Amino acid sequence: MDVAGQNAQILSAREMGVVACRRCTKVWPAGTTTCGRCGSAVVARDTLSLQRVWALWIVGFMCYIPANMYPMLQTRTLLSVQEDTIVGGAIELIHYGSPGIAFIILFASVVIPIGKFMAIGFLAISVTRPSAVSNHHRQVLYEVVEYIGRWSMIDIFVVAIMSSLVQLNTLAAINPGRASLFFALSVIFTMLSAQAFDSRMIWDARAAQKRDEGAEGQKGQPAHD
Amino acid sequence: MSTAPPIPLDKLIVCTHCDAVYALERPSAGQKATCARCGTVLITPRRKAGLQIIAVSSAIAILIVAATVFPFLSISAGGTTNSVSILDAALAFSDGLLIALALATAALIIFVPLARVLLTLYVLIPIVLDYPPVRGSTQAFRFAEALRPWSMAEIFALGCAVALIKISDLADVTFGPAFWMFSVLVVLVVVQDNFLCRWSVWTSLDRTRKS
Repeated sequence: MDVAGQNAQILSAREMGVVACRRCTKVWPAGTTTCGRCGSAVVARDTLSLQRVWALWIVGFMCYIPANMYPMLQTRTLLSVQEDTIVGGAIELIHYGSPGIAFIILFASVVIPIGKFMAIGFLAISVTRPSAVSNHHRQVLYEVVEYIGRWSMIDIFVVAIMSSLVQLNTLAAINPGRASLFFALSVIFTMLSAQAFDSRMIWDARAAQKRDEGAEGQKGQPAHD
Repeated sequence: MSTAPPIPLDKLIVCTHCDAVYALERPSAGQKATCARCGTVLITPRRKAGLQIIAVSSAIAILIVAATVFPFLSISAGGTTNSVSILDAALAFSDGLLIALALATAALIIFVPLARVLLTLYVLIPIVLDYPPVRGSTQAFRFAEALRPWSMAEIFALGCAVALIKISDLADVTFGPAFWMFSVLVVLVVVQDNFLCRWSVWTSLDRTRKS
């Protein structure tokens, strides 16, 4: 059930001259800098948001490259030592006849990270210029990115479980490779990058457009008092 | 420009995702208030949610501690067996640079979820018992909320499933008691997360402080 929204036009807090704490949702008059209830910093719009998004995005991306080049797992058996990269390990799994698991690994370690890089990049670009994608879809995209980003960690956990479990002295041993560190860093930095994005900016662009259109046509809707 | 709006500020609610402003109208228990513009859930009060969350959180805290120390999985192949606890799994990355990764993994699957439930208990118990909030409640709840994306117990659970299938043709894997505890734990973590109405908690922290 909706709280409000009975009136056709939804105003943003900034247009009303108020600002809301993003942590505890308490509403304050515009210009407040610290939330009096929870102590978080309060800003109408995080103007440095995009810079932080891109900085963290780049670090995350730089970590993702060695994560794919170095071995993720080192499997030592009686006869041989084998080192697998992320993609190599998945291909190996397909050969051994478990395409399902290979699919999960590929999805979590390749499709999700790359999709995330593209999605965050797209969102960060889309708020600076008119976008063909509707605000609602971009909001959904942002929420999906925020939700799904954490799941990339699954590969790190698989490596952790396998390498602690498979320590059978001379018979077989699995050890984590260097890529695991870079991969974890990449996931952490892209999560931070997504968190740095101020999703309120998605909706600003449309509000600004509407106001420009409305300025000539109808007069009855004051944007702010 | 920043003249005072006609409605008092505490009668307003703002969607933190898209910044839309609404006049506050409390939904009754069991109903949801969602943002008409972007669909974010703003308020979801539930009857007796406080007590339920306290119960679930206590269960989670106990399960985390127990699941951490008991053997989790054990493996046997060719006469050799090896059994590990969750802590062992987290600390698998223990040589050289990978130590940082070991600590991060341990934090993500054990310490962050544990810290979150303990902080939640610290904040909620006084509220539910109608005592004034304990000192530092607001900071505690803010911290618990900030930790939310970093609590990855459920991801670890799926990771287990994947690892098991990968290993199962290499050796025999048996589940220890901690495995079953962890399975219950994952469900409880999700339940606790969905029961908790952040808006209600913040509002009660606010109101009780004034009086």
